[in-house]
Amino acid sequence: MEHYTMNLTLKVWKQKNTASKGRFETFEVKDISSEMSFLEMFDVLNERLINEGKDPIAFDHDCREGICGMCSMYINGRPHGPWHGTTTCQLHMRAFKDGDTIVVEPWRANAFPVIKDLMVDRSAFDRIIQAGGYISVNTGNAVDGNTIPVERDQAERSFAAAACIGCGACVAACKNSSAMLFTAAKVSHLALLPQGDPERKTRALNMIAQMDKEGFGSCTNTGACEAVCPKEISIAYIAQLNSEFIRGAVLQHEENE
Amino acid sequence: MLNSKTPSGPLEKKWKNYKDHCKLVNPANKRKLEVIVIGTGLAGASAAATLAELGYKVKSFCFQDSPRRAHSIAAQGGINAAKNYQNDGDSVYRLFYDTIKGGDYRSRESNTYRLAEVSANIIDQCVAQGVPFAREYGGLLSNRSFGGVQVQRTFYAAGQTGQQLLIGAYQALERQIALGAVEMYSRHEMLDIVVIDGKARGVIVRNLITGELERHFGHAVVLCSGGYGNVFYLSTNAMGSNVTAAWKAHKRGAYFGNPCYTQIHPTCIPVTGDHQSKLTLMSESLRNDGRIWVPKNKGDNRKGNAIPEEERDYYLERRYPAFGNLVPRDVASRAAKERCDAGYGVGTSKQAVFLDFSDAIKRYGKIECSKLGNHNPTDEEVRHHGMEVVKEKYGNLFDMYEKITGENPYEVPMRIYPAVHYTMGGLWVDYELMTTVPGLYALGECNFSDHGANRLGASALMQGLADGYFVIPYTIGNYLADEIRTPPIPTSHPAFEEAEKGVTNKINSLMNIKGAQTAESFHKRLGKIMWDKCGMARNAAGLKEAIQEIRALREEFWKDLRIPGGIDEMNPELDKAQRVSDFMELGELICIDALNREESCGGHFREEYQTSEGEALRNDEKFLNVSAWQYKDGKEWELHKEELIFEEVKPTQRSYK
Repeated sequence: MEHYTMNLTLKVWKQKNTASKGRFETFEVKDISSEMSFLEMFDVLNERLINEGKDPIAFDHDCREGICGMCSMYINGRPHGPWHGTTTCQLHMRAFKDGDTIVVEPWRANAFPVIKDLMVDRSAFDRIIQAGGYISVNTGNAVDGNTIPVERDQAERSFAAAACIGCGACVAACKNSSAMLFTAAKVSHLALLPQGDPERKTRALNMIAQMDKEGFGSCTNTGACEAVCPKEISIAYIAQLNSEFIRGAVLQHEENE
Repeated sequence: MLNSKTPSGPLEKKWKNYKDHCKLVNPANKRKLEVIVIGTGLAGASAAATLAELGYKVKSFCFQDSPRRAHSIAAQGGINAAKNYQNDGDSVYRLFYDTIKGGDYRSRESNTYRLAEVSANIIDQCVAQGVPFAREYGGLLSNRSFGGVQVQRTFYAAGQTGQQLLIGAYQALERQIALGAVEMYSRHEMLDIVVIDGKARGVIVRNLITGELERHFGHAVVLCSGGYGNVFYLSTNAMGSNVTAAWKAHKRGAYFGNPCYTQIHPTCIPVTGDHQSKLTLMSESLRNDGRIWVPKNKGDNRKGNAIPEEERDYYLERRYPAFGNLVPRDVASRAAKERCDAGYGVGTSKQAVFLDFSDAIKRYGKIECSKLGNHNPTDEEVRHHGMEVVKEKYGNLFDMYEKITGENPYEVPMRIYPAVHYTMGGLWVDYELMTTVPGLYALGECNFSDHGANRLGASALMQGLADGYFVIPYTIGNYLADEIRTPPIPTSHPAFEEAEKGVTNKINSLMNIKGAQTAESFHKRLGKIMWDKCGMARNAAGLKEAIQEIRALREEFWKDLRIPGGIDEMNPELDKAQRVSDFMELGELICIDALNREESCGGHFREEYQTSEGEALRNDEKFLNVSAWQYKDGKEWELHKEELIFEEVKPTQRSYK
């Protein structure tokens, strides 16, 4: 791989806290190596800003391996930037060329208020999980792991949904700020396994109710969520969620009859 | 001598005996007892959820924005369990034995045996929670091999085992939060332990969004705050992984066990330049199929796939024929360093070796073609089908490698080099996982653990969940049974006042330095000292220098640190400065411990003590013990020892040949 260096112009969202109004600020960065990760480019910029006596840019990040789901930059109009199936931390500077201007914003959604600069509050996702994204089994109850065989394809489809890292890119990409792909991934992960069956009837209903309560929008099937998901979670899981929701609603209706 | 409080009786009966006789707390009293859990990784989330299920009032804290993000999530390869589903001779005893041997006979037999014993329950628990483990076509759970072992006992979920297990524990935790049994505090960092009448009674935490300090009372405090690998700056740990919670506990009286036992993982993506902020692991599971080699000729600059077979040195297979590429991590790392130091390294930095899948692609390709009835396939057909299999097994790791390096590992061999990955050392705990401060527990990587001087692959997940799901629920009851008459202590108690004041003063002192250098730059310099002089190989002269250099650096830090922004706001630079200040103190202790341990064992390799073949040479006469360091007011540490008694296993020279 050929390495090169580049000079870039960054337009970055700066916002002191949730209550204050934000604005774009422009920064020039020089001699950025194509081997750096996108966040390492921000590290270099922040070190310089501190040395110049200025405030660094606050952003969320932790594992830098594309799995913790903490990093969350909206880069040139796309959550996590230009590479398909990639988190911000795994985006590398060879995606850009000398002289580029890069615009970086936080996730934008009413349910994700900005904490500072590029950091947002995603606790709404935790509350959606609290509404039913689990199997009610206390420690110590379990039978032998091989007691219930699970069809391999089914297990793999469940796994592909469980690959969701809860980063919120799906919400950021959606013009309605819908959390349907996130919710669908969790509901499908559990619905596709026999262990998830006993609570199937209420899980989707409760999680969707919580999603609405948090202020996420509705799904209009534009597919933007799937296009930007770093774990490439398929929009087909939203169909699964809808069917789980209808199934739950019908069963509940029958019970009330 | 420290007393580990190991129960008497035969090894295989100890845990059962303990459980049969430990004190219990009745459900009505559990509701009155409060437990604080710090950290939400596998150990923390599983402990918080399980203790809440039992009926205790739990408060859980993490510095990340959600408990689901703790660094356990990044574990890739798998989790060990002695299920013997493969019928290949596995048993609780073998898992115990492999772990003791892998740890170079520096762990406590009773703890390691208990770990092996509960390992099977972990898999059952995770399956019940909906963890989507890999399965065979018959619908049953699948296994693979890991290093230092000759059976297949590793359960996995593609290259995301940590994520799937953590999500299982996180879901259990969220369920308890929904039920009101756990109060969750995310974006909170623990900055001190409150000790009243010699017992841990609470914590001081900082709300990272507002900067406010908070006081929380607990009848007991459970630390699950992870390892300290980031003392080396570059490691496979997350950027936020830190020693602060454990270090504050140490300063409040918890002894620190075996700090010099650090694990260097052999297969990580090499450093590219000064901008490097962290290192990325390529899972040990890759050594199931990948072959490690360097060119036979020094300075061979050809691409890996252009070097013919006869000019390659598969040095692990050559040196360790019985285990080959699946030797334990410490052995594989040192062997890579040896080749690179001798001038056979590859890539621009020459600090890398090849991890090559071309043979695996051929082997799997032939099997697949044969399955399809094609017994005379072309090379192209073999390659195509072989790549499909490798992709299914390791696809996400290969993708990650390509994103980081820009090279396609299906075409050219991966370049890899060892990197800091895990710390076997940590807070000293007894059989009940209690530190030397009564009521203060340490679980998972933050304790000095069951892994001795070297941890085997796929055992960290096992230990975190064993501690959280199956050990602490019993052992904490044994302590709390005597606390049922203790009413909650108001946080206006002078001990809370004093602790909070100490934290405030430290934050003010850091902010008031107003020097010129960033916390990041100090951290990098500390890491370089640690890696150069206390890394894969250590010697007395280097360690003495390192101690002096760290002291000087610490002095400079306290004179010339610059933190932008204010105290009463989200200020990641202030958070980082506090963590770095603790790493600076820990770094010195690691070097002191490494200097004191005049032997080589597992991940601790002192150049002065090696066999004629360059293997670690233990000194069981002098060092068949745990070093547990007591903090003495910043000036020095006092060394205490726990004798390691081997009743079941006889320590021998470890051999993987």
